[in-house]
Amino acid sequence: MHITLRRGAALFGLFGAFGLAQAQDVHLARNLAATCANCHGTNGQARGDMKPLAGVSAEKIVAMLADFKSGAQPATIMHQISKGYSDEQIKLIAGFLAAQPAGK
Amino acid sequence: MNHLNLGRRHWLGAGAALAATSLAGCAGLSASGPTIGRVVVVGGGYGGATAARYLKLWGGNVDVTLVERNTDFVSCPISNLVLGGYKQMSDITRGYGALKSVGVKVVQGDVTAIDVAGKKLRLAGGSELSYDRLVLSPGIDFMAELVAGLHPALDTGRVLHAWKAGPQTVALRRQIESMPDGGVFAMFIPKAPYRCPPGPYERACVVASYLQQSKPKSKVLVLDANPEITSKKGLFEKAFKDRYAGMLEYRANAELKELSGNIAKLEFEDVKADVLNIIPPQRAGDLARSAGLLNMNNRWVGVNWLTMESTAAAGVHVLGDATFSAPAMPKSGHMANQHAKVAAAAIIQLLKGEPVNATPVVMNTCYSFVTGREAMHVASVHQYDTTDKTFKTVPGSGGVSAAANQIEARYALSWAENIWADSLAL
Repeated sequence: MHITLRRGAALFGLFGAFGLAQAQDVHLARNLAATCANCHGTNGQARGDMKPLAGVSAEKIVAMLADFKSGAQPATIMHQISKGYSDEQIKLIAGFLAAQPAGK
Repeated sequence: MNHLNLGRRHWLGAGAALAATSLAGCAGLSASGPTIGRVVVVGGGYGGATAARYLKLWGGNVDVTLVERNTDFVSCPISNLVLGGYKQMSDITRGYGALKSVGVKVVQGDVTAIDVAGKKLRLAGGSELSYDRLVLSPGIDFMAELVAGLHPALDTGRVLHAWKAGPQTVALRRQIESMPDGGVFAMFIPKAPYRCPPGPYERACVVASYLQQSKPKSKVLVLDANPEITSKKGLFEKAFKDRYAGMLEYRANAELKELSGNIAKLEFEDVKADVLNIIPPQRAGDLARSAGLLNMNNRWVGVNWLTMESTAAAGVHVLGDATFSAPAMPKSGHMANQHAKVAAAAIIQLLKGEPVNATPVVMNTCYSFVTGREAMHVASVHQYDTTDKTFKTVPGSGGVSAAANQIEARYALSWAENIWADSLAL
């Protein structure tokens, strides 16, 4: 649990000020990232044809999702899913996944 | 509440004989230090398995027991490909062994009674489990009584639903394989809500795809109680027209009223077929009903979306298809997995006496095959609305495929591999 707390604290340091409500829940980034796991694997450790996200830099994940949202990067499905998350939520997800060890 | 009280009396009535085995007695010391609480999860499908896995992943010293009736996990998603002969049962079957290796106690058995007030449940055979929090992921059961003659036909196995993957899937595949060339496969779709909105239309396509190859003079008759196709409408209409014209006939507002021998009776006509595949009207699983949790239309379980806790019984969290859905939230395996993560996070906080996540998010993706090798999707993202206390889809997000294709078929199979691994700790 200490590890999780430290990771949460580091995240908020990295990405600066968020709303107080969000800052109160140190597990928010973990919970948000878990919504990606059905396709991208637990903690982003994907299998098969899905893109692994574990250990990918937060900046890169944020940029990819921004491009999906804007349409700059064409997609089969991510242009639709990315629009369901706020930019703040995407930063939290990216920070969490970046901190995960790459999969098997 | 009457149901709960009845359940309690029933439990207490038999209680004197119960002293014997307590499976819970050997629980509690799996991780170092004392457990922060004991959670029993009943039902090892997409919802229950995920809840058990994530309670261990996120909870540390939570004592987790998963009770499941079957020896293995058999996936409903992808099971239509087994009906078409494109996949085997082994492709959609996975074990519970990996969950055991991450510290989940897996008990194969049937729950016969739940004592909500006493926080205990009993298994067939008489052993009991006590809990601090209970998670029920009971799936769906059928309201066969709404169609005259359906109950005995389902009970004897003469008519198959194959809406729970397993022996029914195998048996329906056999019926389809035994059809003569020139035979009729007739499927009946119940009024929504039912498990897996696009599933029936996918099944119609995949069966037609098989018949086109193997028995090209055959017919697929799709009789839908709904006024229109309930999911991916435009894409399925296109598949029916472009790929299966002359073979597949779709009829809306065609509700099955009665089954008499081999004849399915609609309001104005009788249908005879070589294979009758009847997907019956549905409600939350029997376990939720016997626990007195069906407080929405006497059919589904109302839940607090921040915790997935039943609004009918404190300390009981209900996941997946059994819940009374939030607006535009599908009853799907993917969504059950997402429910489970909301519940797991909340249960850990509640056991620690800490506040739960006030802004949960869930999302859904459902892939459907239109042939053995082409698929398409529908996706949605649901954010919690603090004013209305429910999940709502985000305007402008989500949607369906531009067209069914082979790339999405690869993604569909990869989706399955990843969600099975995520849910079962594979």
